[in-house]
Amino acid sequence: MALPKAKTDATEARLSGLSIPEGGAAWAREARQDALNRLTGMGLPYRRDEYWRFTNPAEFLARETPRAEIALDAPGFEETDVLRVVFTDGVFDAEASDDLSLEHLEIERFSEAVTKDIHWIKGLLGVLETAGQNRVDRPLATFNTAFAEDGIVLRATGKVSKPVHLDYRRSDDRAEAVLRHVVRVENGADLTLLESGVGAARLNTAMEVDIADRGGFHHVRMQGRDHERRAATHVFARLGEESTFKSFTLSLNGMMTRNEVIVTLKGDDAVAHVAGAALGDGRDFHHDDTVFITHDAVNCESRQVFKKVLRNGATGVFQGKILVEPGAQKTDGYQISQSLLLDEDANFLAKPELEIYADDVQCSHGSTSGAIDETALFYLKSRGIPEDKAQDLLVLAFVAEALAEIEDEDLAETLRLQLAGWLERRR
Amino acid sequence: MLNIKGLKVKLEEEDKQILKGVDLEVGAGQVHAIMGPNGSGKSTLSYVLSGRDGYEVTDGSAHMGDIDLLELEPEERAAAGLFLAFQYPVEIPGVGNMTFLRTAYNAQRKARGEDEVSAADFLKLVREKAKDLKIDAEMLKRPVNVGFSGGEKKRNEILQMAVLAPKMCILDETDSGLDVDAMKLVSDGVNALRDEGRSFLVITHYQRLLDHIVPDVVHIMADGRIVKTGGPELALEVEKNGYADLMDEVQ
Ligand SMILES: Nc1ncnc2c1ncn2[C@@H]1O[C@H](COP(=O)(O)OP(=O)(O)OP(=O)(O)O)[C@@H](O)[C@H]1O
Ligand SMILES: [Mg+2]
Repeated sequence: MALPKAKTDATEARLSGLSIPEGGAAWAREARQDALNRLTGMGLPYRRDEYWRFTNPAEFLARETPRAEIALDAPGFEETDVLRVVFTDGVFDAEASDDLSLEHLEIERFSEAVTKDIHWIKGLLGVLETAGQNRVDRPLATFNTAFAEDGIVLRATGKVSKPVHLDYRRSDDRAEAVLRHVVRVENGADLTLLESGVGAARLNTAMEVDIADRGGFHHVRMQGRDHERRAATHVFARLGEESTFKSFTLSLNGMMTRNEVIVTLKGDDAVAHVAGAALGDGRDFHHDDTVFITHDAVNCESRQVFKKVLRNGATGVFQGKILVEPGAQKTDGYQISQSLLLDEDANFLAKPELEIYADDVQCSHGSTSGAIDETALFYLKSRGIPEDKAQDLLVLAFVAEALAEIEDEDLAETLRLQLAGWLERRR
Repeated sequence: MLNIKGLKVKLEEEDKQILKGVDLEVGAGQVHAIMGPNGSGKSTLSYVLSGRDGYEVTDGSAHMGDIDLLELEPEERAAAGLFLAFQYPVEIPGVGNMTFLRTAYNAQRKARGEDEVSAADFLKLVREKAKDLKIDAEMLKRPVNVGFSGGEKKRNEILQMAVLAPKMCILDETDSGLDVDAMKLVSDGVNALRDEGRSFLVITHYQRLLDHIVPDVVHIMADGRIVKTGGPELALEVEKNGYADLMDEVQ
């Protein structure tokens, strides 16, 4: 089917002058070229795409990188013992990073991995991204496969003793970053990956995560402090038997954020939890969580729990889908997306979807939008708690269900404190 | 302590007059009870005193000591020493009972220019009070009133009162929903707090509570007014004859 002319033109305009990175090994060149071909075929997103109905992709497509004020240093898991990996303006920063070595972990710069003639990511790079192009196109991820030069490559071979922390920093107010991370969690291994920081004026990250049988992958991400953030992120995960994937994102402000998580449960008895909390204040806040979970094995569990707190014209979007393939019996799928609108000026747009081809499944989804409970607010105030503090307590309570999805209690507490701090500053 | 004069209140949203001129004076250290038929305006009075939205004071005044209550925000009234034990305590999912209580306690201290109390010291204080009311530690960890039985909710109100140590306590039907033992427990809790610096306004339908918490004065409220005031014997009279006789007599 031919693409609409407007789309072709926009895609050509964006891609003109861009070429895939030089110097990779043959297999990497091939993967990138293939991505570029696919991208030309599908075209970049535009406003009329159903999948972009609630979020205008224009910010991601402008040829010129937008300027963004250099934000305050974003907080980044200072209390947690981590292996720190720093990217400044989208480039690996060896000086600011820890030694790339940790027991049970192979860790390497993406830009180096793609130059090697033989590398295990060969079978992964672009593979999960391509498989994730199911039902809908995700051209920004394909863009990432074609053009990303840097990132991190991780292979966990056992229980990794501390989290790897990707710390995005910025020194240039027009920095554009396209980062690619590739992760493989081997049989029975376990890895926690943290992400935080401001990254770039415009950030495109994509991560492919392949989890072997009985593997565990925990992802906790903070997006905050960089008010002028424009970020399009993708996480693609493939789960083996009895494996676990958990991903949580806390987003505080940011003018344009689209976080897509695409998970395929391939092995029986696997578990995937995707959750997030986003708090936005102001007309220039737009946050979009788009999740697509495919059940393609027996007796798997998936949960999506998303909370948004919005005020002053802020917009929150949730698009969540559960696809149950034929034969994926005993599927347990749950999805909830809720918004707390602190004034009448905020918008929440939700599109929950189920597509089910098996008969022995349990899937539920719900979406709600509500205001602060006035009775509860009065109760708190009648005990001496000032209005703003009482409201903060109710906001934290609202978000608690999503935070509870984070398995590690210390990390959950770190995020809760971030949230509380943000609320206090934002009064 | 509490001084209400000619208080008239209507609903903000509707043209409905609920309090039609309430006069009430509770002296320091006194316990007053209010009884009266359903819908006579008892809870409305307690809400207006504590500052709930939705009501409009069209006339009259309400003072606590020399503080004009009607001028203050609900949280300021609380910090000044007013406390309402709700007829229907509110469930707040996601807010831990302990967090709630400590936030309230410290907010009140801060409002009065006192130092905040550490989590450890506060825990000790609450444990002690909870023990007296036979509230177990598990309940303190749970979200505010969520999953509490009717009686547990009422006991939780009294726990909050004991911890916050207010000067003017309004108890709106704290006895309803309590079993005999719980009623005794709650009454003991209230009696333990009685002293010359603290006053109580106890709203109830049952004389039984007043056997435990013996009031100095009993008021009958009907149709938005205090229609009769007397001693503890007035409660006995209501218990025996209902309100009908009383009403006839008033008219
Ligand atoms: N927010 C409101 N909206 C509509 N009507 C109200 C509201 N608040 C109070 N009322 C009405 O005002 C009257 C007094 O109510 P209130 O709750 O004060 O009575 P009460 O004396 O406490 O009764 P009970 O003994 O049943 O608790 C009732 O007719 C009630 O329906
Ligand atoms: Mg009442």
